[in-house]
Amino acid sequence: MLAVEDVTGLRGGRVLFRKLSFTVGAGAALALEGANGTGKTSLLRMLAGFLAPAAGTIRFGAVSEPEERGRRVGWLGHHDAVKPQMTVAETLFFFARLHGVADDIPGDVRAALDAVGLARLADLPGQYLSAGQKKRVALARLKLTGRPLWLMDEPLASLDTAGKTLASGLIAAHCAGGGVAVIATHEPLGLDCARLVLS
Amino acid sequence: MLRYANPTRFLQLSSALVPWLGAASAALFAIGLYLGFRVPPDYQQGETVRVMFIHVPAAWTAMMGYGLMAAASLVGLVWRHPLADTAARAAAPLGALFTALGLVTGSLWGRPMWGAWWVWDGRLTSFLLLEFLYLGYIALWNAIEDEARAARVCAILALVGAVNLPIIEFSVDWWTTLHQGESILRKGGPLISSVYLWPLFTMALAYTFLFFTLWLLRIETEILRRRARNALLAEGP
Amino acid sequence: MSAILFRDVRLAARAGGSAMLALAFFAAVATLVPLGVGADLRLLAKIAPGVLWVAAVLAALLALDRLFQADFEDGSLDVVALAPPSLEATAFAKIAAHWLTTGLPLTLLSPLLAVMFGLETSGALFVSLLIGTPAVSAIGAIGAGLTLSIRRGGLILPLIVLPLLAPAVIFGAGAAQEVAGALPLLAAFSLVACVLSPFATAAAVRLNLGS
Repeated sequence: MLAVEDVTGLRGGRVLFRKLSFTVGAGAALALEGANGTGKTSLLRMLAGFLAPAAGTIRFGAVSEPEERGRRVGWLGHHDAVKPQMTVAETLFFFARLHGVADDIPGDVRAALDAVGLARLADLPGQYLSAGQKKRVALARLKLTGRPLWLMDEPLASLDTAGKTLASGLIAAHCAGGGVAVIATHEPLGLDCARLVLS
Repeated sequence: MLRYANPTRFLQLSSALVPWLGAASAALFAIGLYLGFRVPPDYQQGETVRVMFIHVPAAWTAMMGYGLMAAASLVGLVWRHPLADTAARAAAPLGALFTALGLVTGSLWGRPMWGAWWVWDGRLTSFLLLEFLYLGYIALWNAIEDEARAARVCAILALVGAVNLPIIEFSVDWWTTLHQGESILRKGGPLISSVYLWPLFTMALAYTFLFFTLWLLRIETEILRRRARNALLAEGP
Repeated sequence: MSAILFRDVRLAARAGGSAMLALAFFAAVATLVPLGVGADLRLLAKIAPGVLWVAAVLAALLALDRLFQADFEDGSLDVVALAPPSLEATAFAKIAAHWLTTGLPLTLLSPLLAVMFGLETSGALFVSLLIGTPAVSAIGAIGAGLTLSIRRGGLILPLIVLPLLAPAVIFGAGAAQEVAGALPLLAAFSLVACVLSPFATAAAVRLNLGS
């Protein structure tokens, strides 16, 4: 469960949000909405532990220390972490090995690729992928590394309709499995979730 | 000390101190230069030995400047003291200037002896590297847009530089013992007779006071500039 | 941690391979110097240790600015920072990968260049580069961490790192000339640099990620 208490965020001396408090229970998702520049990305980075809030506390479960918290985060930022010179499979293998997630890495990678519909493109280097396909690779990574707290910054951007449905499905499955998701988004997620609007 | 973390209090303290420091510096320069000219010329170097009184204290001050910059950086990094960040930033150009002064006067001092405008003497070479450390710091600060992040990043650079400085000095020293080269700029300077010590120390004090005067002035200016900017932004469209 | 090492080595070896670039640069400098100073082998042999050491440092510096910046720009650094290995371990892995793809190839190429410069003590040059180039990667990584968010960071990085590398060049070239005591000093410097650099580098990266 994610608990945010009285968190204040600054950027360049400007106050983005003040004394923000909310909780997201296990199995729940939160949509972060607001115009550009309202601090959605900054808040996500605070939740991930990259950035320290100017005030307030953030806890995930019993953990409040930022680096410890970060180990429980599945991060999907603006960029998809797909290297142009590495194939889709190599990318996922790398992340799987890095996160030390599985005994059966090839099997899990295959399953993740199937889940995002990229099994066909497994051996294609990243430079040939479209933006939407790269986003799917990132989604596969999230599924693969199996972290409890998913923090996603505009996950639906650059996805086509099928892709959007896929993404929503993955998030729903993640939550159904007891995970937590906080998603900054401009568009409707197609999920039953709470909303927080930053202004 | 922590009381003066508050910018307003700092400005009060600073504006009280600066005139005294400035006056003391001017007085010490006057005395030091007078003593420097009164001292008999060196049997070997003749009149040019007097350049020592401008060169050596400049060198000491340049080193002190880096130490102060590193200390301020540490305080800023560990205790998140905003004034410390400003102090570190303010010290850098001053240190760079004093180092440049040391380099130029070192060159002038050496020219009559060596017949060349520049030699790869241990002292001068270390100095050149110190100048690059300063310039790198200033360049890095200017290249990072976010002020707060620039301060933190440069703090790390200053500390890494501070740790490396003794190593750099040692290696350059070692290097000069390898390669031949006459050095009148050895540590502590040429065989200094006690006659020279008085003007040297006076000038050293003069330089130190000058550094602190300029440093405090720069910090004041930065605080006031920031205030003016914030006031402007607060007014709104 | 080894995952990062293998990935970085693989990336460097592929298209845009920084390994080839560093080697080409090293060879280019080493070829231009004789063109510049003349063909006198005695002179070339005399200046070879120093010149080749400087060339090695510059070649290693070439790819340094992208060490973290590439990962930063495509979002990988965020994911890697949240992964199990500590940022210090990650920094160490990247330093090792950088050395394997620049310092080591340069070292292996050095005997050939020693011959071209008429240098007798190519063994000393080889050993000095082998021991000293890790320090170049380690110290350079600190600069890379500090400048990773600067768009044209590649211009500032050499300026920052240059004074810090002076001891490596001094001891390295000295060791290449078989000066007594140079090699132990070089080894000590390299060891300290490799041990301490991951901490400074990780601190710098952490700072730059926090925004």
